[in-house]
Amino acid sequence: MPHIKLPSQPLIRHLGVAVLAGVVLYFLTNNVFSTYDDSQVGEIATYVVVLAGLSLLTGLNGQISLGHGGFMAVGGYTMALLMNHTQANFLLELLAAAGMAALMGVVIGLPATRLKGPYLAGMTLLFALALPPIADKWPATFGGDQGLAVNAPTAPGSVNPEEWLAWIQILAALIVLVLVANLIRSRFGRAFRAVRDDEIATSLAGIHVARTKVTAFAISAACAGLGGALFGLSSFAVNTGDFPVTLSIRLLAAMVLGGTGTLTGMIWGGILLVYLPQWSTSLSGHFNLGSGVSAYLSTIIFGAVLIVAMIAAPAGIQGGLRWVWLHLVGRVSTLGRGRQVAKGVSQGSTS
Amino acid sequence: MSLFFNYTLNGVANGMIFAALALSLVLIFRATRIINFAQGAMGMMTTFIASSLLNRGLGYWWMFVLILVMGFVFGGVVERVLIRPLQGKSELNPVIVTIGLLVVLEGIAGAIYGNASRGFPAAFSQSGLTVGKTKIAFSHFDVFILVSVLMLMVATLVLFRATSLGLRMRASAFAGEIARLLGVRVGLLLTLGWALAGVAGSLAGLLVAPTSSFGPYYMDLYLVYGFTAAVIGGLESPVGALIGGLITGMSISYVGGYLGTGFEPMGALALLIVALMSRPEGLFSRPQARRV
Repeated sequence: MPHIKLPSQPLIRHLGVAVLAGVVLYFLTNNVFSTYDDSQVGEIATYVVVLAGLSLLTGLNGQISLGHGGFMAVGGYTMALLMNHTQANFLLELLAAAGMAALMGVVIGLPATRLKGPYLAGMTLLFALALPPIADKWPATFGGDQGLAVNAPTAPGSVNPEEWLAWIQILAALIVLVLVANLIRSRFGRAFRAVRDDEIATSLAGIHVARTKVTAFAISAACAGLGGALFGLSSFAVNTGDFPVTLSIRLLAAMVLGGTGTLTGMIWGGILLVYLPQWSTSLSGHFNLGSGVSAYLSTIIFGAVLIVAMIAAPAGIQGGLRWVWLHLVGRVSTLGRGRQVAKGVSQGSTS
Repeated sequence: MSLFFNYTLNGVANGMIFAALALSLVLIFRATRIINFAQGAMGMMTTFIASSLLNRGLGYWWMFVLILVMGFVFGGVVERVLIRPLQGKSELNPVIVTIGLLVVLEGIAGAIYGNASRGFPAAFSQSGLTVGKTKIAFSHFDVFILVSVLMLMVATLVLFRATSLGLRMRASAFAGEIARLLGVRVGLLLTLGWALAGVAGSLAGLLVAPTSSFGPYYMDLYLVYGFTAAVIGGLESPVGALIGGLITGMSISYVGGYLGTGFEPMGALALLIVALMSRPEGLFSRPQARRV
C-alpha cells in the first residue's frame, strides 16, 4: 500500500480534511440527498458537535458526564431567549449559547475537580435531572410545557430551507471538529491527558490540575451548548421535553460506541443516535412486535450494545476500524499500540 | 410550626428510603469500588415482578419475602455476569456498564408494562396517625418504612461487626490480595456484597412504589437522592448511609415544602455540591493518605 503523505502541520492537515469533507457534503446535500436526508445529516452534525466535546472530556481528561443533555438545554434556551427578546446577530446568539453553557460548565466543573469518575457521573446526572423543573417553574420566562419558539435564519434566495439549515449545522460541526482536533494537539490537550493519567505527577510538573479539569469541563459544556442551540434550530422550538435525562445517557452511550477519545468516532456516534431509533422501529415492524414494544426497542438495543461493547470491545467502532485498518495495511509493528487502545475507555488517540 | 413539623416527618420517612438506597450503594462500593447506577432500576424491575405476583393473588407478605430473595439473586447475577469481566480495567467502564443496565431494564419494563404509572399497594394504611387530637403527616406505612429500613441497617451492621462472614467480607474489600492468600474466597464475597445490595434495592423499590407514580422511571430520582445520601455519608459505612439519608430526606422535604417540589432536585444538587466542597471524603469516613 502506498503511504499517503499528509501535511505535517496539524492545523493545515485538519483544515484540509474539513474543507474536503465540507465540499463532499455540500455536493451530496445539494445533488444527491432528498430534503429529508439533508435534515438527517444536519441532525447528525448537531450530535457530532456535542459528542466532540464529550469525547474530549471523557477520552482526554478522564472525566465522565451524565449531564450533557442539561448543557444542551442551557445552550438551546439561551439562544431562544436572545431570539425572543433581542435583535442580536444569529452568530452572536450561537456564541452566547456556547458561552452560557461554558459558564454553567464552570459552575458544575468546580466541585467536580474534587471528584473521581463515579461521583462526577452522579453529580452531573443530578444536574440533568434538576434543570427541567426549574424551567417549568417560571413559565412566563421559559414558556412552560410549550417551550420557546426558535426562528432559524431565513435561507437566501432559491436555497431550500432544510438544506440551508443542514449547511449551518454541518459548518458548525466542521468548525468544532477542527478546533477540538487542534486543541487536542496543543499544550491544553497534553495537559488534559496528563491530568487524566496521573494527577499527582502532573501537579508536580507544574500544571494546575483543578484549573485544567475545569477548563476541559467548560470547553466540553460549550460544545454541548452550541449543539443544543443547533438542535433548537431544526425543531423550531426548545422545550424541556427535548432534553430529558435519557438524552444525556444516549449521548454517553453514543460516545462510547463511537470510540471514546476519538473525533472520527463521534461521527459514527452521531449516525447511531439518528439512525438507531429508525432501524429499531423498522425492525420491530418486521417482527410485528407491536407499538408498545417498538417504542422501547431502540432504548433496549442501545443499552444492550453498550454493555456488550464495554465488556468485549471498549474501544468502540473507531477502535475496531483502526484495528482492521492496521491489519489491512500490514503495519503489524504498530499493533501493540492498537492493543493499548483497546484497553479501556481512558485512552487518548486523536484519529 | 406545625407545617415545619410535618415537613420534618415527611423528610424522615423519605430519608429512610434514601438511606436504604444509600446502603445498597455503600455495600457495592465497599465490595467493588463501583457506584451502581442501575440499583434503582433493579429495584424497579423487582417491584414490577411484585406487582404481577400480587395480581396473580399472592399474599403481600409472601410476595415481600420472595421479592427480597429475588433482589438477592439479581444483585449476585449482575455482579457475576456484567461486573466481574471488567475487573482491573478503567474505573469508568463499570460506570458505563451499570448505566447500560439501567437503560436496558427501563426499556424492558416500558416494553412489557407500558409507560403509564400504576398503583401499588402499601403494606399498611397511608393515612396519617393521630397523636392526641391532631393528625400528623406520618402514617402506619411510614412507621413500617422506618422499622424495616432500621432492621436492614441493624442486620447489616451485625453482619459486618459480629460475624466471621462479615469479617471476611471486610477483609476482602479492604485488601483483596492478602485476604485471598489467607484462604478467603474473595470473589464469592464480592458477589455476596452485590447480592445484599440487591436486597436493599428491592426493599427500597417496594417502599417507594405506593407513594410515587409507579412506572419504569419512578426510581430515577430516588436513586440520585440515595446517591447524594451515600456521598454525604462517605460511601463507606452503613451508619453514614443512614445519617446521610436522613439529612438528604429532610433537606429535600424542606426545599420541596417551602419552595415547591420543582426545586427538590436542585436542592439535592446544592446539598451535594456543598457536602463535596466542605468534606470531599464524606462526613463519616476518615481522611485517607494518597499513594504517589
